[in-house]
Amino acid sequence: MIKSELVQRIADQNTHLYQRDIENIVSAILDEIVKALERGDRVELRGFGAFSRKARSARIGRNPRTGDAVAVEEKFVPVFKTGKELRQRLNGKA
Amino acid sequence: MAAQTVTRADLCEAVYQKIGLSRTESSKLVEAVLDEICDAVARGENVKLSSFGSFVVRDKGERIGRNPKTGVEVPIEPRRVMVFKPSNVMKARINGQSGEGESE
Repeated sequence: MIKSELVQRIADQNTHLYQRDIENIVSAILDEIVKALERGDRVELRGFGAFSRKARSARIGRNPRTGDAVAVEEKFVPVFKTGKELRQRLNGKA
Repeated sequence: MAAQTVTRADLCEAVYQKIGLSRTESSKLVEAVLDEICDAVARGENVKLSSFGSFVVRDKGERIGRNPKTGVEVPIEPRRVMVFKPSNVMKARINGQSGEGESE
């Protein structure tokens, strides 16, 4: 399923809304999650999962093609942990 | 700067502020969006949300695990898990870059 299909499904259930509005709603939700992570906050959605970010310290990496050493700066990576309910649904429970 | 936790209520508030639907309706729609994603993943479908990331369903095979406290070997059943792959845009934004036109 891609974003436009998600929008379509929600639109089918909410015929009183414009598709345009649904697109904006989906974008607003996703944007809010990213903005929270930018601030360093975590996003916890019970039954779904939690988004957070982790720091990766600076390291000396290597260009895999040439073998040259390159400095990699400290950075953050987003992580997602699947919620309990969804984890169970994936395995046919609940 | 203490890290805060953002919840459904905050997502609803954002939708309410931006779209101008009632609070009740905003919260209903936030729920509908999360439900649709959950349902798709539960059906075994991958969900790709451009400029955000994708939720990928993976099947894990059986393996032998160990109870770390007692050292007893226990079989870990084959199971299905979901992994989230953040998009490059998201990774860039989290690192304070614009997220546009950055390929790394």
